[in-house]
Amino acid sequence: MLTISNLHARIEEKEILRGINLEIKPGEVHAIMGPNGSGKSTLASVLAGREDYEVTDGSVTFNGKDLLDLAPEKRAAEGIFLAFQYPVEIPGVTTINFLKTALNEIRKYHGQEPLDAAQFLKRMREKAKLVKIDDALLKRSLNEGFSGGEKKRNEIFQMAMLEPSLGILDETDSGLDIDALRIVAEGVNQLRNENRSFIVVTHYQRLLDYIVPDFVHVLYKGRIVKSGTKELALELEEKGYDWIKNEVDALEVA
Amino acid sequence: MNSIENKDSLKAHLIADFQLSQAILNGKSTMPIHQVRSEAMKNFDKLGFPTIRHEEWKYSNVSNLIKQTFDFHTKTDFNKSDLEQIPLPHLNGNVLYFINGVYNAEISEISTPEDKLKVIPFSEALAQQPELIEGYFGKYANYQTDAFTALNTALSNDGVVVQVADNKVVEEPIIIRFISDARVANVGSQPRNLIIVGKNSQVKIAEAYRTVGDEAAFVNTVTEIIVGESAMVDYYKVQNESDKSYHIGTTQVYQKGRSYFYAATATLNGGFVRNNLNVVLDGEHIESHLYGLYVPNGKQHIDNHTLVDHQKPNCESNELYKGILMDKSTGVFNGKIFVREDAQKTNAYQNCRNVVTSDEATMNTKPQLEIWADDVKCSHGTTTGQLNDEAIFYMQSRGIPKKEAIRLQLLAFAQDVVTQIKIDSIREYIEALILEKLEAA
Repeated sequence: MLTISNLHARIEEKEILRGINLEIKPGEVHAIMGPNGSGKSTLASVLAGREDYEVTDGSVTFNGKDLLDLAPEKRAAEGIFLAFQYPVEIPGVTTINFLKTALNEIRKYHGQEPLDAAQFLKRMREKAKLVKIDDALLKRSLNEGFSGGEKKRNEIFQMAMLEPSLGILDETDSGLDIDALRIVAEGVNQLRNENRSFIVVTHYQRLLDYIVPDFVHVLYKGRIVKSGTKELALELEEKGYDWIKNEVDALEVA
Repeated sequence: MNSIENKDSLKAHLIADFQLSQAILNGKSTMPIHQVRSEAMKNFDKLGFPTIRHEEWKYSNVSNLIKQTFDFHTKTDFNKSDLEQIPLPHLNGNVLYFINGVYNAEISEISTPEDKLKVIPFSEALAQQPELIEGYFGKYANYQTDAFTALNTALSNDGVVVQVADNKVVEEPIIIRFISDARVANVGSQPRNLIIVGKNSQVKIAEAYRTVGDEAAFVNTVTEIIVGESAMVDYYKVQNESDKSYHIGTTQVYQKGRSYFYAATATLNGGFVRNNLNVVLDGEHIESHLYGLYVPNGKQHIDNHTLVDHQKPNCESNELYKGILMDKSTGVFNGKIFVREDAQKTNAYQNCRNVVTSDEATMNTKPQLEIWADDVKCSHGTTTGQLNDEAIFYMQSRGIPKKEAIRLQLLAFAQDVVTQIKIDSIREYIEALILEKLEAA
């Protein structure tokens, strides 16, 4: 589904990704962990098409298409969804109108008719239940004045509405208390199926207690320096990142 | 027909016009109105057109306007079928048409009964009931130091006089459409409107300005509104004029105690626009709300000057102006708030927010608060910025194309002013025009 090869990216003059290789198959959940500044969020942003980053080398193929060649909205239409670490507040645009526009743009991309009001509302009610998001909240301006937990739930709600084939969660657990974390994780788990994959970018193990990954990768200095299964996350929780940093730094010196 | 002569040709032309109008007064020149007019013309002659050295005109240069000449007496055959070319959808209520500044009874319609509302063309009132106008003419709008108001005071010959009786609620809005028919020549008009609202009465009034044709048009308009005790007035000014039009307009509002005045000025199009909105709060427990929206593109220039003059205690004023500036357009906002020594317990708020969508567009904002009272709450804020890139990316990441994301955000930005407009036909018209303009961007 997704193949990342030797991906290099920088912001201004600073090189942040320095040769990422990753293969994701349908239905898999990959956790990307790593210390602060290792490039986790950069990877998520580059996949979604944020303009601030310049890809200097490597390639990303998504369902056979050159992802890096596509504008962000086309990537979304092709089935990529980024749940933002810091969801943006957009005054004057309600969540409902925003999603109606988004959904119908994606349908248009695939040559489908727009959903009518009734179909849209039905879908909205169904999906709102997944993350226990209140109707009243959806009628308000997008994320404006939402609590941290409400914003993150709204991200997962949007993902449920748009039904992507690859969901990228960028530190979705940050700023969440344990109840909100559970609601968000349960929402994600209900969206898991054999065709839908996830990249879960997180600093901590705790989200992975709920969203159990198939693979865990450790990013450090812009490269994946260790990969394993969910046990690796537990080991990191116990021992921290220093042992990995030391291993990598020792190799670099040698 | 776009005759460009020497730099003061317009002034000379207008002075000659005035002399001509004096010559046909046939002994009426001693009437109070004509004395005011003469004095106004003298003031204009002395003041001349303002230059950018004038503090109030620093960012609005009229030099292109005053190089041209305009015919203020153009006969026009504008008729019903021409009207169909410039529709206002769902238009109902009292609708008055002025073509090149002259009332057109044939296409106008006044539906509210006379015991509530009297609507008379200014020209008719001048000829038949000069005493009605005398009580107000020259007493509100400043023709002493404002050159354009002086000019209008001297030369205006039509417009509308609206009288709302005491204790009446006028449900149907009064919509006054001023159409500059510039299809054959440069045209000028100087409408003068007088709106007198009795105590405890309520009325909604809209002025809509529009140009047809490709020649230049100059509109120099003055509207005076007297809001009686405990009366409520909603006032809208909607401008959709051509790129070759010049619009200078003053709305002078005088509010009595416990009255409520609400204004929304929406400037959708116009080559050169200057709006002065001056509100005097002369009584206690008065509320004034001023909203403005301007969306210039191309090389359009839109200047809004407001003055809120708190003269008595316990009043509240609230002002929000918003601008979307595209291409090489320029905008000006100058907001004065005076709080006089007597005006204790005043609450006065002012906010001006702008989005600039191009590197070549310019916005100049200047809040001016002058406060002589010591127990007041006043605040002001102005912001001019670009669209939030992160918000655009956020929308794109959900599948919304960049252009659409920008459009949605600009529309949302305009919404809190647009939703203030309570006459449906006017609001829908404005929404459609904004949409059309943003589509083209």
